[in-house]
Amino acid sequence: MALLVLWEIAAATGMMPAMSFPRMSAILATWWDLIVSGELLGELVPSLWRMFAGYFIGVALGVLVGLLMGYVRFFYTLLEPITEVLRPIPSPAYLPIVILFLGIDDEMKIFMIAFASFFPVLLNTYSGVRSVDPVQLQTARTFGVAGWKLLWQIVLPASSPYIFTGMRVSLAVALIVMVISEMVAASSGIGYFILSAQRGFKIREMFAGVLTLAALGYVLNRLFLAIENRVLAWHYGYTQQQRN
Amino acid sequence: MTDATRSFLRIRGLRKAFAAPGGTTVALEGVDLDIERGSFVSIVGPSGCGKSTLLQIMAGLVAPTSGAVFLEDRKVEVPPPTVIFVFQQYTRSLFPWKTVERNVAFGLESRESLSRQAIAARTRELIGLVKLTGFEQHYPWQLSGGMQQRVAIARALACRPAVLLMDEPFSAVDALTRVGLQELLRALWRELGLTVVFVTHDVDEGVYLSTRVVALTRAPGAVAADLPIELPHPRNQITTRELPQYLDYRGRLLAQLFADEGLVATEPA
Repeated sequence: MALLVLWEIAAATGMMPAMSFPRMSAILATWWDLIVSGELLGELVPSLWRMFAGYFIGVALGVLVGLLMGYVRFFYTLLEPITEVLRPIPSPAYLPIVILFLGIDDEMKIFMIAFASFFPVLLNTYSGVRSVDPVQLQTARTFGVAGWKLLWQIVLPASSPYIFTGMRVSLAVALIVMVISEMVAASSGIGYFILSAQRGFKIREMFAGVLTLAALGYVLNRLFLAIENRVLAWHYGYTQQQRN
Repeated sequence: MTDATRSFLRIRGLRKAFAAPGGTTVALEGVDLDIERGSFVSIVGPSGCGKSTLLQIMAGLVAPTSGAVFLEDRKVEVPPPTVIFVFQQYTRSLFPWKTVERNVAFGLESRESLSRQAIAARTRELIGLVKLTGFEQHYPWQLSGGMQQRVAIARALACRPAVLLMDEPFSAVDALTRVGLQELLRALWRELGLTVVFVTHDVDEGVYLSTRVVALTRAPGAVAADLPIELPHPRNQITTRELPQYLDYRGRLLAQLFADEGLVATEPA
């Protein structure tokens, strides 16, 4: 809040060039207008669709491959070198390659987001599987639970705290890659909106777009934490008890 | 020996060696045991004598290096459906994401093709048997240690095992809770006709609970003493422990363990 006031003063007193640094009050007014007119919502809907489609594909594959790599030695040996080579590449670097193969439509963006969301989930799921308590696995075995049933009934829930950590990282990554891919090639979406506002010297609209992203990021993170707290309530209770 | 007189649970020439830094560690060396159906056998021994390993091999959770375990003449290679292992570390053995009810139902759901109603009824019955009615929807970590081990016992008994293998199940609870759990286990054993193999480092506990106590030597573990415990049933935590026979069993086993460990029972005058 203090920062917003400071911004307002800086802009009003001309400390910053008014052209590229409009008053906060003006930005907020523009933001409000864009919300009421439905224009921002119109840009957000395709963005969110791409982001969530990519995110959920990336998470699902990350969990699946992470479970397999952690649980079956063969998959680890097979996939570990590939993931280690692909993982460090910053997502914008492979954007041109993806455009070459998938064009500039939604498929490209969803692929980009899924690919970037995949790795944090994969790595955390793998660590989660490796750290499942052997006593839990032996308990399951004495009750005749083995193989894929063991993976599904014990390994997956036992590694879920790790999986959620990966999912939270991936959520932030998905937001970033969504904006980048929309800035590079798109005719709709919040990333496209910000870039085209800047190119058209609609500076207040540009800042309004950035504010929208800030709000979106905040809301998504809050939502995620609420879900995590529900799903992992047992984990917090259990670790609390272990500490006492 | 004819088939009719063959023991329920037979252990023959069991040897277990682990790879260790600088060679191999032998945990068990030539263990032979015959366990009768319906008996309550305690295995006592110094820590690290391989008694837990012996139990895990009997459960089919660990493979022996050589030798074998036979349950009703069938070689144990994978965990047999009629044998359930109860772990010492109940906090790690109970699934923290499952409620008491779901934990108890776990064995039923995985092993038998029972209807939902049958599972629910059996689960309720077992929770009642270990006196945890009212705690069905609690999570294990919301309960005391003794209650958690009762959940583990209910979960083990739910799938009607013939054999219960218990690895120091009461060593992590306080003395009074332990008495309660001992009485519960004795009652369940008598009522359900179970065969129990009970690993403990507590000679008193072994003698009080059992119909037979087997003492293992220091690693590599082998049978050092094998005592049938002929104390009358029902037993009593106070009067049974005062019987001359009880004290005799206790004294002989302790002498064996002390000798094995090089301990002296008398303090210098």
